[in-house]
Amino acid sequence: MNYLVGAFKPPCNIFISFTDGRSRKQVPLKKENGKTVMVALFQSQENIVGEVVIEPIHGKKVEHNGVKIELLGQIELYFDRGNFYDFTSLVRELDVPGELYERKTYPFEFSTVEMPYESYNGVNVRLRYILKVTISRNYVSNIVEYQDFVVRNYTPPPSINNSIKDVPCLNLSHSYHGSSARDDHLVPLQMEVGIEDCLHIEFEYSKSKYHLKDVIIGKIYFLLVRIKLKNMELEIRRRESTGSGPNTYVETETLAKFELMDGAPVRGESIPIRLFLSPYELTPTYRNINNKFSVKYYLNLVLVDEEDRRYFKQQEITMYRNLEAS
Amino acid sequence: MLNGTEDEEKWLAEGIAGIQHNAFYMHRALDSNNLREALKYSAQMLSELRTSKLSPHKYYELYMRAFDELKRLELFFKDDSKHGVSVVDLYELVQHAGNILPRLYLLCTVGSIYIKSKEAPAKEVLKDLVEMCRGVQHPIRGLFLRSYLAQISRDKLPDIGSEYEGDADTVMDAVDFVLQNFTEMNKLWVRMQHQGPGGVREKREKERSELQDLVGKNLHVLSQIEGVDLEMYKETVLPRVLEQVVNCKDDLAQYYLMDCIIQVFPDEYHLQTLETLLGACPQLQPTVDVKTVLSRLMDRLSNYAASSADVLPEFLQVEAFSKLSNAIGKVIEAQLDMPAVGAITLYVSLLTFTLRVHPDRLDHVDQVLGACVKKLSNIPKLEDSRAMKQVVALLSAPLEKYNDIVTALTLSNYPRVMDHLDIGTNKLMAMVIIQSIMKNNSCISTADKVEVLFELIKGLIKDIDGADVDELDEEDFKEEQNSVARLIHMLYNDEPEEMLKIICIVRKHTMVGGPKRLPFTVSSLVFSALRLLRQLQGQEGDIVGEEASMTPNKNFQLLTQAANGCDIEHVAYEFFTQAFVLYEEEIADSKAQVTAIHLIIGTLQRMNVFGVENRDTLTHKATGYSARLLKKADQCRAVYACSHLFWVDDQDGIKDGERVLLCLKRALRIANAAQQMANVARGSGGPVSLFVEILNKYIYFFEKGNKQITSSAIQGLIELINTEMQSDSTNPDSVADAFLASTLRYIQFQKQKGGVMGEKFESIKL
Repeated sequence: MNYLVGAFKPPCNIFISFTDGRSRKQVPLKKENGKTVMVALFQSQENIVGEVVIEPIHGKKVEHNGVKIELLGQIELYFDRGNFYDFTSLVRELDVPGELYERKTYPFEFSTVEMPYESYNGVNVRLRYILKVTISRNYVSNIVEYQDFVVRNYTPPPSINNSIKDVPCLNLSHSYHGSSARDDHLVPLQMEVGIEDCLHIEFEYSKSKYHLKDVIIGKIYFLLVRIKLKNMELEIRRRESTGSGPNTYVETETLAKFELMDGAPVRGESIPIRLFLSPYELTPTYRNINNKFSVKYYLNLVLVDEEDRRYFKQQEITMYRNLEAS
Repeated sequence: MLNGTEDEEKWLAEGIAGIQHNAFYMHRALDSNNLREALKYSAQMLSELRTSKLSPHKYYELYMRAFDELKRLELFFKDDSKHGVSVVDLYELVQHAGNILPRLYLLCTVGSIYIKSKEAPAKEVLKDLVEMCRGVQHPIRGLFLRSYLAQISRDKLPDIGSEYEGDADTVMDAVDFVLQNFTEMNKLWVRMQHQGPGGVREKREKERSELQDLVGKNLHVLSQIEGVDLEMYKETVLPRVLEQVVNCKDDLAQYYLMDCIIQVFPDEYHLQTLETLLGACPQLQPTVDVKTVLSRLMDRLSNYAASSADVLPEFLQVEAFSKLSNAIGKVIEAQLDMPAVGAITLYVSLLTFTLRVHPDRLDHVDQVLGACVKKLSNIPKLEDSRAMKQVVALLSAPLEKYNDIVTALTLSNYPRVMDHLDIGTNKLMAMVIIQSIMKNNSCISTADKVEVLFELIKGLIKDIDGADVDELDEEDFKEEQNSVARLIHMLYNDEPEEMLKIICIVRKHTMVGGPKRLPFTVSSLVFSALRLLRQLQGQEGDIVGEEASMTPNKNFQLLTQAANGCDIEHVAYEFFTQAFVLYEEEIADSKAQVTAIHLIIGTLQRMNVFGVENRDTLTHKATGYSARLLKKADQCRAVYACSHLFWVDDQDGIKDGERVLLCLKRALRIANAAQQMANVARGSGGPVSLFVEILNKYIYFFEKGNKQITSSAIQGLIELINTEMQSDSTNPDSVADAFLASTLRYIQFQKQKGGVMGEKFESIKL
């Protein structure tokens, strides 16, 4: 590709590869340009071993002030474009200053690298790991090549994993998806009173912590139903908050909409919940990663009545990555 | 309304188009073994079933389309060489669908394959499916989904002997599954009444009844489970089904399901669980048509009892009758607004039941009738024609069963029930009774029974107060009366004494019938009497004289009175003819003959219906018979009595003075002859009293103004008597003397009285 750039064409090609590249698991990674590529998968404390091949374009010589390879863990906040925070930065010098005439191979190794955070590609933030090869030059810009890789860390199943039970009688909040005219005359306060007398449910999720391929099992009991419900959904929402203090940005995405119930139940009904998490692109819960961002997951139970008013109750769940299941 | 249906057609067409469209892509995916695409398009196809716009009827059409497609999908799922996914994984995979309805249809489809693969026990899969289906709470969609579940699971229940049989409790698992599905379906079905699109109640009920079979099918499946034996039915199935039925508090459902229970489970189960089943009835909603339910139950049990004699002991063992009877009592008590027709229908069924099951227990029949009477007596007036019909049915049932009215006659409550009928129906019922007797040729042979019988059919026998005579249809009336006449022929007893009693009772009843009825009934009665006479003649030897004479006499009396009561000439004539025949052929004893001839004369005298010709014939005959009596004295008396036949002391009565005189003269001749015979025989004169009697007749007619009777004739007769008295002094007859003396005193008295009568008598010299 670089040939096409013409005048700015670098004088050499750089290839970065891992020693166990063939056997190592590859996972998809979405690049900035929207394309998905397969990249190697690592976890913390692994040895990252490989080689860098520098191949000067035929007949050209490359003068340099030294060749180095860096392993970088970066957090990139989109609203703060251009600023990368490197939380990890390891360097290996590959070559002393000199000239390159022909293809040359440099082995490298980073042993038991501490990579506490997982790769993450969010709405406002990206956490990525890269290998960066730099050929430093005088007067002209350095020649740089990147190789992304993905880090995923596995955690053992939590020892305490309580079920979630709630009787969200008063906690049920509502929002309107109807016309604005309707919004005008339905004041939230009235609705809350209304809910108290109209809808009384109790729900139960078997666990509060789920691994990524887990199944959410639960039940919803209708203790009092005086409104005409149309359906009920369970949503999985991801709440990504970036920055801190007054500069906190919160982005919420709905990753799954799963219809639990069709029609209006009567008092005493219980509706089963069984939601397989595997089809959804979830990550573990990230809490305060390097003081830069957090990613939390919520189960949002949404009840929709016949006039399309929505009542919901949100409940945080903790996601974790489980080795056996992935 | 029209727009509504048009719209619905449109929506249905759109739905079908949607299904076809997605089915097309699904087929393509199936053909290319692309599981992912197949799942995607099948889910989209099934999404068409999420519509709320269709009525159950139309929705069913849509459902059937989807159902056919699902069968294809199932074949694909079954063949894992095509998609390479194990059934367990498939079972998870289909649950990824976001919309619940398509998800559950797919889950059921894969579930059925899962069971077939036997990779998991059938009970586990079924339990999971039936539980997951709770997610669909919309009545119509839920019902169809669960009906789909029932459909695909039918042949996969872990029943005993099935290839899916599980551990020891396997039948229980199967039953639990079906019961749970049933319960949920019923709840949805009941909920339709209160939810769903607005609309009139009737429309909703109509829609619901279109769906009832979906619910009922579960009960049918239950009844097909091999492992459900009586024990299990009694302990589990029935109580749980009934619990659901009672608790749903919906009249439509309760009615349908009770009926369903009765129809799908075996009779012997019903018999053994009668108490439980009946116990549920009073707990049903007051608007439920319990009577029909109970009627059906009793009908079924009756048929069962009729099917084989072997089962009858079972009925006795469980005391079926008393249980049913109690239950009916409770239901009637509980449902105060039940119209009379309902209560009576119940009694009819109960009666049918007991007739079939305990034909020997007349007390049961009577008990049922008694209960009915009690119920009827609370109702001021039975006006409902349907109720009437039921009462008729109630009364007809025992007749049909026993083929013998005699049995019915022993039922004390039978006539009491009849009393509650209106006049028309009462007649109808009486006709039924008569027809039953005719049909079965049953013979009523005792007077008591005849009495009861006539009490029963009194509607035909006489006018009842309040009956609207004008409305009577002539033909009907004739038919009725002919029937009564025929009935009279059926009354028979070999014992003449009893037979006579019977005839007397019949006479008592028929005589009050009035002029319109008698022409029909009396002739039968007469013939019946005649038959008795003939019979008597045949067995004369056996019968003691007195009785023998008594009987025909009475009979005769009967006949003549009958003729008397009758206004119609030809019938009356016929009676008289018969009477003469009877006289001639049957009455042998001379004393009886005398009595009879006097009766004939007396009756004939009072008859005013005859034309001249007929009357002449009859009087001629009567006179003729009179003159042929054995003893002269009797002849004489009979002949002078005949004189009255020619002189009826009425306004327009016949007054033939000449023939009166002829008769009297003839009587005198006979008296003379008697006198002479007495002289010859005993050397002394016969009784003068005959002459005195004739004198009295003379005087009678003289007074009445018969021109032919002159004072001189009377004068002559008095002299003749005096002569005879003197010549007969040797043999004084104090009675005759006294008679003559008082006769003469009477003449004297008339003379002294003066006036017209006095003048007439003046010329008579004493």
